Amino acid sequence: MTRHTNLAKTAAETPPAERTRSGRCYRPNVDIIELADELLVVADVPGASSEQIDVKFEDGQLTIHAHVPERQPEDTEYLLREYGVGDYYRTFEVSEAVDSDKISAEYADGVLTLHLPKAEASKPRKIAVKT
Amino acid sequence: MMWGYRNWWTPFQSLREEMDRLWTEMWPMFADRLPPALVRGQPLMNVWEKDDAVMVEMELPGVKSEQLDVSVVGNELTVKVDRPDTAQEGATYHRRERPVGRFTRLLRLPTEVDAARVEAELRNGVLTITLPKAEKAKPRRITVAAGK
Repeated sequence: MTRHTNLAKTAAETPPAERTRSGRCYRPNVDIIELADELLVVADVPGASSEQIDVKFEDGQLTIHAHVPERQPEDTEYLLREYGVGDYYRTFEVSEAVDSDKISAEYADGVLTLHLPKAEASKPRKIAVKT
Repeated sequence: MMWGYRNWWTPFQSLREEMDRLWTEMWPMFADRLPPALVRGQPLMNVWEKDDAVMVEMELPGVKSEQLDVSVVGNELTVKVDRPDTAQEGATYHRRERPVGRFTRLLRLPTEVDAARVEAELRNGVLTITLPKAEKAKPRRITVAAGK
């Protein structure tokens, strides 16, 4: 019954430079949704808690780093091991002009939701056509 | 020798029946060996054993307890997950990687468990199921009497 398909989760492409501990780093699955006045970034980071999530926005680059503590001792003998447990890390280039002061984040049920409000200049503007 | 229609067909018919039987018997073996990640969104499972329980863990980010159905029948654990599609009207998706839809995972447990005492907990998107072993499946320490 023993099976090791530990590759199901994708490893992070560029793991964070400062590593606080050894272990694997995974790339979270995300949805990026563009609404009229904001960009929504929704990331699956199960096992993290809100105080262990680091979100940075710098020079149009958005970085998510969620620390995920081990849940089982390292020497656990798995009967079935389909995924590994480790931090989540991912960066994005955001081409849209974003009002970085107003970025907000919430975390619930293992899902991180980031709200990136568009800067005034890039919001769609409806031009009324006079007749 | 005359080959009537019936005679000509018979070997193929029985071959077909044999193949069907083989397929039915073998399929679970293959299905069990396919990496579940081949199916996008299929929730993954880690399973380990304690002295008194079998532990099953699944990462189910965004899933609420009412979207989950955990059941144990005999020595089979079934976990059903329903992740509704939350697509927003009028929104543009630049990336869409998070799985949606219904998924079922079935696990044949390695030992008999006490179905009445199975517990499931969902925290930060991680589901942990504790399946206490049936009394007779627990390891028993046997004292070895020293012979004289």
